[in-house]
Amino acid sequence: MQKTENNKAWFLVLPVFVCVAFSALIPLMTVVNYSVQDILGPNQRVFVGTEWFLEVLQDEDLHDALIRQIEFSALILLIEIPLGIALALALPTQGWRTSLCLVLLALPLLIPWNVVGTIWQIFGRGDIGLGGYVVNALGVSYNYTAEPLDAWVTVVVMDIWHWTPLVVLLCYAGLRAIPDAYYQAARIDGASAWAVFRYIQLPKLRGVLLIAFLLRFMDSFMIYTEPFVLTGGGPGNSTTFLSQYLTTLAVGQFDVGPAAAFSIIYFLIILLLSFIFYTVIQNMGKGGAS
Amino acid sequence: MTLVLDGIGKRVGGVLHLDGIDLTLPAGSVTVLLAPTLAGKTSVLRMMAGLDRPTAGRVLVDGQDVTGIGVRKRNIAMVYQQFVNYPSLTVYDNIASPLRMANNLSAGEIDRRVRATAATMHIDSLLDRLPGQLSGGQQQRTAIARALVKDTGLLLLDEPLVNLDYKLREELRAEMREIFARRQVTVVYATTEPTEALMLGGNTAVLDAGRLLQFGTTIDVYHRPASVRVGEVFSDPPMNLLPAELGAERMARVSADVAFAVAPHMRGLATGRYRLGVRANHISLEPTAAASLAVPAKVELSEISGSETFVHARHNGLTLVVQRAGVHRYELGQPVTLYIDPGRLFAFDVAGALVAAPDREPGGR
Amino acid sequence: MARIELKGLAHSYRAMPSAPTDYALRQMDMVWEDGGAYALLGPSGCGKTTLLNIISGLIRPSQGRVLFDGRDVTELAPQQRNIAQVFQFPVIYDTMTVFDNLAFPLRNRGVAEAEVTTRVHEVAEMLELTADLKRRASGLGADAKQKISLGRGLVRKDVAAILFDEPLTVIDPHLKWILRRKLKQIHQQFRLSLIYVTHDQIEALTFADQVVVMYDGQVVQLGTPQQLFETPAHTFVGYFIGSPGMNLMPCKLDGDVVVIDGLRLPLAPERAQRARAAGGQLQLGIRPEFLQCLAAPQADAIAAEIQAVEDLGNYKIVTARFAGNTVKAKLPEDAPATVGAAWLLLPRERMQLYADGRSVG
Repeated sequence: MQKTENNKAWFLVLPVFVCVAFSALIPLMTVVNYSVQDILGPNQRVFVGTEWFLEVLQDEDLHDALIRQIEFSALILLIEIPLGIALALALPTQGWRTSLCLVLLALPLLIPWNVVGTIWQIFGRGDIGLGGYVVNALGVSYNYTAEPLDAWVTVVVMDIWHWTPLVVLLCYAGLRAIPDAYYQAARIDGASAWAVFRYIQLPKLRGVLLIAFLLRFMDSFMIYTEPFVLTGGGPGNSTTFLSQYLTTLAVGQFDVGPAAAFSIIYFLIILLLSFIFYTVIQNMGKGGAS
Repeated sequence: MTLVLDGIGKRVGGVLHLDGIDLTLPAGSVTVLLAPTLAGKTSVLRMMAGLDRPTAGRVLVDGQDVTGIGVRKRNIAMVYQQFVNYPSLTVYDNIASPLRMANNLSAGEIDRRVRATAATMHIDSLLDRLPGQLSGGQQQRTAIARALVKDTGLLLLDEPLVNLDYKLREELRAEMREIFARRQVTVVYATTEPTEALMLGGNTAVLDAGRLLQFGTTIDVYHRPASVRVGEVFSDPPMNLLPAELGAERMARVSADVAFAVAPHMRGLATGRYRLGVRANHISLEPTAAASLAVPAKVELSEISGSETFVHARHNGLTLVVQRAGVHRYELGQPVTLYIDPGRLFAFDVAGALVAAPDREPGGR
Repeated sequence: MARIELKGLAHSYRAMPSAPTDYALRQMDMVWEDGGAYALLGPSGCGKTTLLNIISGLIRPSQGRVLFDGRDVTELAPQQRNIAQVFQFPVIYDTMTVFDNLAFPLRNRGVAEAEVTTRVHEVAEMLELTADLKRRASGLGADAKQKISLGRGLVRKDVAAILFDEPLTVIDPHLKWILRRKLKQIHQQFRLSLIYVTHDQIEALTFADQVVVMYDGQVVQLGTPQQLFETPAHTFVGYFIGSPGMNLMPCKLDGDVVVIDGLRLPLAPERAQRARAAGGQLQLGIRPEFLQCLAAPQADAIAAEIQAVEDLGNYKIVTARFAGNTVKAKLPEDAPATVGAAWLLLPRERMQLYADGRSVG
């Protein structure tokens, strides 16, 4: 819908533009700058073109981190989205219980991310952590600081605990928007609960699921604080994901050039994958969706 | 204010929503925008209000081009289908809100105007309530009062009564007609119901598929629909259409066994194919002196609505609706003869345009 | 097909109803004959949708029982009652084709696919949807979607009753005629029990054989459209049915004569007797359609003054004043009527007398 022109609007948006320029555009340009130069000393810069990009793309450690990241994001999405939908379906719809459940669900979302990491770090310890102690007492040998599998499980469970509530809240809002008449008609048509889910709820949740999917994908692909606090990337580098590797490159080793080059590649990967997912999900609704 | 739409068009993403709308609304007039759903009524109203910009054409208020000017600068008020009120303000505050935003009236003056407008809409006893505590009819009265209190030059109403009960609609319609008559505001009222157009009087603009089909005084448009489509949109029950062949000697033939002599108003037409239109209440099931067109048919359905009976009868694959006063029972398949006075026929050419309309004598025949 | 009985039925949305106003539906007993077409007519909030939902099983009544062919179904869920319901806005399954939408209720009940295909084609033919069977349902217009909703009900051979909750609300006026005709044809062909809820009197009166008029949770009158029109049992029915509604004038009784502000109208003695026995506030009612307007005086005609004449195409509405009352008369489009002096005829057999709102005949 084309609105009539109103020049005042530009003035209102100007402060935001300035902030975004300072906090995003200029640093981005700086990164681009670093990615195509080799800094040998305070005033010695050499333009190296795509050299950093090529070096980064051939880095074995980077490939490993990328694969780990993809596995992690896929696992997260495969678990969190269905789990979120299931929980949203199970929530009560009326009364005081609803508010109580919604508040409880929202709590994990409010905790600062490094605190989340710390909570789970302690929780998973075999000696003083409630979780670790109980699991070991049940006979299962569990030590996330030594075993890569245990570390993975802990990181995944932590992320699920932390972020599934977001999916639940989004889906819950989407479900509330479905008019009652659809459910009534389905009951009269003799539809089973599964048929109601598949033919009424899921199609109507399409928009909401798209948002949930994109948000979880982007956030999980860029995850840094929680796993870093929990495992530090270990044992070894079994839980070193992309952003941690990038930070190590840039800050640890001070290889600014390769780090900058990789940042740009990272950004483009996320952009590309998000665009693909968005187009796919939007088109699933096309062909008659009104 | 006088409002002129000059060649208004609206193209959205390659699809033409409105095309070539030309309307001149005199100051203080009531104009009904009559159209089926999705024909573009709301788009036209939004252009008049300044909420949307046309992709072609201009909007002129009192001779000035206001096409680019936003809605806040234009002196208009709008009432919607969905009883739009501020949910957290009382009825009093709702009605006062446009006056307070204008910021140049004293509190005493605002109070006087709010109470006067509330009295006009019969909601003066509800001023302390919240919209959530009111019935649908009362909420819509509040919305209308809020629109009236501004005393604007232009009042736009987008199907304001469609979400209300039948009886409530009747009452509000009668009230609104009186209110429009008393005030000097130019009113544009969008609706899909022909009866509303007839009850409100004034002028009617018939729209269909984004095009303006006809504009004129309501009763003129009713009696002289410019095309088959206008006849369809402006009739309740729908206008009956009979294909006919006009031959020599002023005889017309509807089918193999039905022919008749054309009435004076159709004598000037050339020979050829036409579509003849006749309204449901001009067909009789009893022979009368004037009804020389007799169509044999079989009853498909009869509907009784208390004071009238609607008989749906089929002739040669064509279904015709007859409106008959009183309650009469008909059996399914019962043979009947439909008697039509040729003087009541509308003639439309094959393209659908009106070529002959019945003469109207003042006071009827 | 089923005979539906409501015994001692009442419903309140509150847990502990005490006053009559707490009840959405006040105590009622009713029988809906097998194969009848009924309309539930009333203003918003009168309880008609609540009653419909109790019959379909979507709501459990707080009191009373619902019987289908003598079988108590009060505790049964909708899918066990063999009813179908069409809602106010079209409810279709967006992701399925028209064919799959119509087949859905049958497939859910485990009907063999061959029979599903036959049945769906039959119903599609009846509703003129055959050309659209392969299309995605979400792409069609509102009237086609409502036909699909209706089709989902018709497709089940064992359906006992089809319930409609204001189904033509979103349909264009000229398409409403076509859909109403279709519903009537289906009713005549299949003789299914049909119950239709609406607040639009034209829809109710044209659709139904019997109309149930409701007001404030109670059934005010049950009768044929003709009965409701000619002999309304309650002033509310007189007001609600007919456009414009019945003219009501307060009056007094003097022997066998009704007196309105000095104007004397004689009554039949039995009527006057009943009116005296009933007591309470008396009102004389006459419908605008039965008032006749004359240009010259006649015996029995009453002198009046015409204040306004509205030309509404098919007919005219005349507002006239006499004996301190303002009345409306509905005249055919050709009737001569101008503002000024006129004479009105009130046919005696068309006059209705009401005491405290209830008809005394």
